[in-house]
Amino acid sequence: MTPLESSTLEENSTVETKDAKELIQEVLQVYPDKAKKKREKHLNVYEEGKSDCGVKSNIKSVPGTMTTRGCAYAGSKGVVWGPVKDMIHISHGPVGCGYYSWSGRRNYYIGTTGIDTFGTMQFTSDFQERDIVFGGDKKLAKLITELEELFPLNRGISIQSECPIGLIGDDIEAVAKKSAKEIGKTVVPVRCEGFRGVSQSLGHHIANDAVRDWVFPQHDKEKKAGNIPEGTPYDVAIIGDYNIGGDAWSSRILLEEIGLRVVAQWSGDGTLHEMIKTPSVKLNLVHCYRSMNYISRHMEETYGIPWLEYNFFGPTKIAESLREIASKFDETIQAKAEEVIAKYQKQTDEVIAKYRPRLEGKTVALMVGGLRPRHVVPAFYDLGMKLIGTGYEFGHNDDYKRTTHYVEDGTLIYDDVSAYEFEQFVKELQPDLIASGIKEKYVFQKMALPFRQMHSWDYSGPYHGYDGFAIFARDMDLALNSPTWSLIGAPWKQIDE
Amino acid sequence: MTQNNIDNIKDHAQLFHQDEYQELFANKKQFEGGHDPDLVAQTAEWTKTWEYREKNFAREALTVNPAKACQPLGAILAAVGFEGTLPFVHGSQGCVAYFRSYFTRHFKEPFSAVSSSMTEDAAVFGGLKNMVEGLAVSYNLYKPKMIAVCTTCMAEVIGDDLQAFIKTSKEEGSVPQDFPVPYAHTPSFVGSHITGYDNMIKGILSNLTEGKKQETTNGKLNLIPGFETYIGNLREIKRLASVMGIDYTLLADNSDYLDSPNNGKFNMYPGGTKLADAADSINAEATIAFQAYSTTKTREYIETEWKQKTYVTRPVGIRGTDEFLMKLSALTGKPIPQELEDERGRAVDALTDSQAWLHGKKVALYGDPDLVVGLVQFLLEVGAEPIHIVVTNSNEAFETELRALLDSSPFGAGATIWGGKDLWHLRSLLFTEPVDFFIGNSYGKYLWRDTHTPIVRIGYPIFDRHHLHRYATYGYQGTINLLNWIVNTILDELDRNTIIPAKTDISYDLIR
Repeated sequence: MTPLESSTLEENSTVETKDAKELIQEVLQVYPDKAKKKREKHLNVYEEGKSDCGVKSNIKSVPGTMTTRGCAYAGSKGVVWGPVKDMIHISHGPVGCGYYSWSGRRNYYIGTTGIDTFGTMQFTSDFQERDIVFGGDKKLAKLITELEELFPLNRGISIQSECPIGLIGDDIEAVAKKSAKEIGKTVVPVRCEGFRGVSQSLGHHIANDAVRDWVFPQHDKEKKAGNIPEGTPYDVAIIGDYNIGGDAWSSRILLEEIGLRVVAQWSGDGTLHEMIKTPSVKLNLVHCYRSMNYISRHMEETYGIPWLEYNFFGPTKIAESLREIASKFDETIQAKAEEVIAKYQKQTDEVIAKYRPRLEGKTVALMVGGLRPRHVVPAFYDLGMKLIGTGYEFGHNDDYKRTTHYVEDGTLIYDDVSAYEFEQFVKELQPDLIASGIKEKYVFQKMALPFRQMHSWDYSGPYHGYDGFAIFARDMDLALNSPTWSLIGAPWKQIDE
Repeated sequence: MTQNNIDNIKDHAQLFHQDEYQELFANKKQFEGGHDPDLVAQTAEWTKTWEYREKNFAREALTVNPAKACQPLGAILAAVGFEGTLPFVHGSQGCVAYFRSYFTRHFKEPFSAVSSSMTEDAAVFGGLKNMVEGLAVSYNLYKPKMIAVCTTCMAEVIGDDLQAFIKTSKEEGSVPQDFPVPYAHTPSFVGSHITGYDNMIKGILSNLTEGKKQETTNGKLNLIPGFETYIGNLREIKRLASVMGIDYTLLADNSDYLDSPNNGKFNMYPGGTKLADAADSINAEATIAFQAYSTTKTREYIETEWKQKTYVTRPVGIRGTDEFLMKLSALTGKPIPQELEDERGRAVDALTDSQAWLHGKKVALYGDPDLVVGLVQFLLEVGAEPIHIVVTNSNEAFETELRALLDSSPFGAGATIWGGKDLWHLRSLLFTEPVDFFIGNSYGKYLWRDTHTPIVRIGYPIFDRHHLHRYATYGYQGTINLLNWIVNTILDELDRNTIIPAKTDISYDLIR
């Protein structure tokens, strides 16, 4: 039983798919002129052979559109810093930001929460009116001494600025320096106020810069003192894997199996110590380019560490990535990479044999953050599915350039898509599956369309690596082939419609 | 091979327990720079002590795991209770993404709201341009009947003036002059989400009722739910009022918005209180609020501006529901029908059936002030003993009211009200003075893990259990739901504690 048997869907499925460019123009009609001019630059259709997707990106969202984007704080605290498990991340400002981002992302970690790790906790300075009026620096300094007393095993502290901090002129850098001396630990001030930039993306950048300015000096100091061991020729770091549902672990296992030594995870299940040691690795392996290319480039320029983007979604890309990673090392690693690919062949074949026939030819529309709108596409292809539209919440031009390697001619591209546009596109194109975020999920499920969250893996995962691919396949199948979709629409209504 | 059975694909809940991953975790430790496991264990033990509790309660600047959110969250929950209403949050855009996610995760429903997406330039020049454009765009795209504006802390810190901005936007043609754009300033550094609810309801009512005062009353009662996250409660209130034959206006009714039928079509604005009905609420006989501390300013406004009587009743538990029905009866002269008396009898019957398992049980609870008062009403009438009551967004009037309620019963004698405290305080309380179970939202699961105190999930948000928000906690039927959740948690826990064969299972009883 497929969703197509539902009464309401039949009605729509008879509509002929319009030319995608016409569709874009039609959808734009409802905007006021000024907003229409802005939005039309963000929507296009990919044409084979072009070097980008023909859309503008990383531009301010148009007010009132119902953008899905978040803010710089979300990019720094929620994405980059939050998962560093042995540090305490203070949501500095009013209570809300820390509350809404508390345990929201499932960055898995091993540790005793509240004792030596702090990932699923919320620490806040809970600003009151007097803090806005008189400034929050004193409160912050006091708060850090209280943290130190109650959570003595923390390895360091980051101060994640919320909107008011930058507006009231607080000097969190001064507090950070003074407090760091007092408690003898790393204290990192992060200027990720939510009004900075146009999306989460600037928050990633600011967070990367804070690592550069407040963490790496410790590496340099330790290095000078001779406390950083030379390491092995096989030392690598995983950069830009937030270990959602355990993704970094199902990736790490493969890297270790091919003979590499993973010295650090950035930042899922990562520690401050791992970050400090990273400038001594031989190669940085970058999964989420969007959120951590900045620190990778910095390490390349300053420490001469090359970096390599890889993709562990789906067996095609996993094998390709393993070979490319191995090619940067000697023959033993290359031989092991082949062994590992061969070892998992049976597992992969079984997954594809079971699920591909159930998913073959199904179409998917994606809309995710800064990496997955392209990165997960090959995993869908491995299962015989087709991509009909994709777009980023906060991608940049370099992301759309990279996207060209993943999409086919005629794919609809939407940047920072508004709720209105997305709904209209989906209504017209009728994909079999939508893969996007929590805010979109129930909109489309109400339209009788199967949906999977592609930020949180819909509470499942991991999806990275060979082990993750099996789960990915299972989950796409259970979404698409659930019998519940066929219940939508009362049977006595089918004749009328 | 870690996925070695294609018919039993293991996700995170099992995959990582396997040897390959356990080895990976052990191996990773060498890079982490972690602490000696003995030190971690010792420190963990230390956090359970009275000494730690004293340090914990001595903190002045730090908040850890608070049980409160910020104003605009409450404001937009109020807004979506009105017909065709689009919440518009003026300020940084990230807040709206958070609010929408936060409601969607709880209700598992769409939640639509827009932002004026202010950035650095707006921080310098103010957000007027964003408001003018945002209102025009959202009006055209989403075709609302009303746009309800509130603020983020960014707009508040820079001092944006909503009244002036909305006026200018209308002059510039963003929306028609007669299109309702009520507003509320909702600074997140004042109060909490319940304050925001209050401000928005007041803002909407004062906008819609302007110039609508008639000579005579419309004979209706206004019912204000407050920051209500149980759809079942809204439906129960409506049902009870209908059974009583009472003409009412629910201000506002977001039950259809937050629990809409799946019929294959997405409707952005299901249900909601008709704007005309809301406008006419100024002519009602009286107003009943089901929460006091999320309606303080609204009730004051209704009393002073509308010259209308307002009352607060919380229909939780038997006596709470009795009071509500008697209030309805007193205000309308309508008798309480036999049907409801029978319902009452059935609920009382259920309580007496289970009383032995609840009598003298020690309880901790946390949540919003009104939720806590309602739950304490219920706990006291079944003979359970509230011990630790943590309310992060407390206030003086609430504490006085709750103290009086506790003092009214011998079962309330052991209770301490911990106003302004958070869940890390509660953790210390549960370790040093253990209780039999506690009541809280999903964040309570961390307390369950750490202290092994069984949790009954009541409150907001509830993210890790499905559909609880569909039930009522109000009315006689809601009383049975509360009883069911609590008593069966106790019985589940008893089974869990008596399940080891040949050791504890002597008490693993079939009949309880």
